[in-house]
Amino acid sequence: MSEARFRIKRFDPESDAAPRYDTFVVPYEGNLTVLEGLFSIQERQDGSLCFRYCCRAAVCGSCAMYINGRYRLACQTNVGQLPAGDVTVEPMPHLPLVRDLVCDMTDFFAKYEYIKPWLIREGADEPEREIPQSPKARRKLDMPIDCILCGCCYSSCPSVWGEENYLGPAALLKAYRFEVDSRDQARRERLPNFDNERGVYRCHTITNCMEACPKELNPTEGIQWLKGAAVRRRLFGRLK
Amino acid sequence: MIRHQLVIVGGGLAGLRAAVEAKAAGIDVAVLSQVHPGRSHSGAAQGGINAALANNPEGHDDTPEKHAFDTVKGSDYLADQDAVYQMTQDAPPAIFEMEHWGCPFSRYDDGRIAQRPFGGAGFPRTCYGADKTGHYLLHTLVEQAYRRRVTMYIEQFVTSLIVADGRCRGVVAYDMVHGGFEAFVSDAVIIATGGAGRTYSNTTNAIISTGFGAAMAYHAGVPLKDMEFVQFHPTGLYTTNILMTEGCRGEGAYLLNDLGERFMEKYAPSVMELAPRDITARSIWTEILEGRGIGGKDYVYLDLRHLGEQKIAEKLPGIRDLAIHFEGVDPVTEPIPIVPSQHYTMGGIDTDHDGVTVLPGLYAAGECACVSVHGANRLGGNSLLETIVFGRRAGKAVVEFLAGGGGRAAPAAAEVAAAETLASVQTRIDKLSRAAAGENAYDIRTEMIDTMKLNFGIFREARQMQEGIDKLLSLKERLPRIGLRHAGGAFNLDMIRTIELEGMLDVALATAVGAFKRTESRGSHARTDYPNRDDEHWLEHTLALYRPDGPPELAVKPVALGMFEPQERKY
Repeated sequence: MSEARFRIKRFDPESDAAPRYDTFVVPYEGNLTVLEGLFSIQERQDGSLCFRYCCRAAVCGSCAMYINGRYRLACQTNVGQLPAGDVTVEPMPHLPLVRDLVCDMTDFFAKYEYIKPWLIREGADEPEREIPQSPKARRKLDMPIDCILCGCCYSSCPSVWGEENYLGPAALLKAYRFEVDSRDQARRERLPNFDNERGVYRCHTITNCMEACPKELNPTEGIQWLKGAAVRRRLFGRLK
Repeated sequence: MIRHQLVIVGGGLAGLRAAVEAKAAGIDVAVLSQVHPGRSHSGAAQGGINAALANNPEGHDDTPEKHAFDTVKGSDYLADQDAVYQMTQDAPPAIFEMEHWGCPFSRYDDGRIAQRPFGGAGFPRTCYGADKTGHYLLHTLVEQAYRRRVTMYIEQFVTSLIVADGRCRGVVAYDMVHGGFEAFVSDAVIIATGGAGRTYSNTTNAIISTGFGAAMAYHAGVPLKDMEFVQFHPTGLYTTNILMTEGCRGEGAYLLNDLGERFMEKYAPSVMELAPRDITARSIWTEILEGRGIGGKDYVYLDLRHLGEQKIAEKLPGIRDLAIHFEGVDPVTEPIPIVPSQHYTMGGIDTDHDGVTVLPGLYAAGECACVSVHGANRLGGNSLLETIVFGRRAGKAVVEFLAGGGGRAAPAAAEVAAAETLASVQTRIDKLSRAAAGENAYDIRTEMIDTMKLNFGIFREARQMQEGIDKLLSLKERLPRIGLRHAGGAFNLDMIRTIELEGMLDVALATAVGAFKRTESRGSHARTDYPNRDDEHWLEHTLALYRPDGPPELAVKPVALGMFEPQERKY
């Protein structure tokens, strides 16, 4: 039997004057993920603890947190692989808080919606065959389609901290995902939504997003591509 | 009180597909989901989605008829054949539609959608996007829901159905973000809440796959059909039961025992590792029971090493990541320890092939429903298909129901019933909050899921099942002694998980009683005391009817045959 000591940031904006850190000791056998540790605490020690969860297999993006000072998915973080000492668990910083480890993701998804995150194409109803796409064209999508919208990149981006209207890495990566899709015919429809003062030019290639991403994606690269596309469009009237 | 014409509970593939359909027809639709829809468990599906596109040269003469035959044979002849044929006919247009909406399927050199071999299929029929097909399909439908401005109430835990004058008229939900309960009054409700995997301790399913949506319908008097049919996926990671897609074997992976043998040769020599899931899971479990698990333990190996790093990177990148992160094993250099794990609930809310239930105004689609297209054993690649085909059909059925006057019935009665349901939910929560914390809900939950794993697992037998039923009934008696340890507020997990438990226990009992009463072996339901299929007595569906104070009552319903004569099932 092993033991892990969790130090968890607690705060209920409704009733608490200030955040505090609570400490819990969790006994376990074999392996323990941070998410399993949180469930053990919620079930056995403090029924009021709250956090998001769903797939526990790193595909749904629910349990993004700030663990020992790094962005991680709680379900994918093995306590045994962290440095010895307390496991410090905090909500993703720089985001509004619902309670304890649950951040308010309203703005995050509003910005996602703003960039028109869907394939824009005429005549899509009741098709009789697929739109052909070469494996080479499809490979351009490999990186951005793996985004799980966990919010780590968004929380980690200093440009988001400094400008609340900046769309941030996740929404722009989604714009990139469609702009590079050979099937997308948006031309000018999506462009004004990222080629503006809320959009790509606020990225200063700090690359925190790359470091924060638990799926090891590269939003910065996508944003630079969008910048190039937007500038070409302005200079030569060409997007892709 | 919030009003919409149609309320959909669940924002996974089935719920969103229904929402898109109803919204396109001009219906005022609202989706209520316990998580952001993009986080639904549909997104965890890996291997692919079946449709007779005939894109693969080996399957150039594939047809919906052949797809239907494979599905019916795979179901051990318990699936309703008219519903299956409906699904396989709807499949190709459903795939092309998802593709036109942006789903990033993997491609052949000529630009067509790629298809891979899957278990129980005559030839490669499973369309895929690497090994993340569910994620790609789910995000595509989330995108379409945003595009069409479908109203979404995110992080709402639906606790009860509102029923007035024998009609379903909405739901009551707990608003997780703001705290508090609200009634949503509607003319129709579609339940699309997924499977009940979490009633077992050894499941591949997401933590929110509790079966609670099915339990709500069940409590409202709608039967649960064929709940004894529980699919064990052959390959869950040994320590966590996280899914390793059938696509691994589709791409050529081996199953190996402690002697290094490809033991499937003994059980399904003609198809080897690509036997249907029930047969493969039983074969693995037999190897383990006979002492040929790795090092005598309760797991075997899934070996991908001979596929090579490049093919793994291209076709199975997610599998490699999961194996490294969750099992500490790199499949490029080491075999993966795997164990059969609860994976899919073939049974569910009794519906027809338009999602219609016996309760007017209530519809169901996806894994929480039982049409039945999977019968006693679902083929891999057919569940994603089921969600979008029957999600769409349920949406369409509601549109027709409302056009036919379904929306005009007694709004005053609905509001009275809504207020009553809301009050009764609140009374119940108050009572739970005031109760002394006698029983810990999580003790009961743990005992329940272990009972399901041990007494209603891959192999079943009367005495063990009777003990299991007795155990579940004793747990049910302990429910009223639970007290909440946290009252009120936002994100009250203690409350949500306690309410869930009651539904889970009733769903588990429906599985248990169905399994005990069905005295035959068919598909996933394998009884050591009744090892043969018994078409004379059991070529029929079971219906579990909820009884508040004890086990469910069981009735039966005929299977729709007509296309394919039941035969002995051999591979």
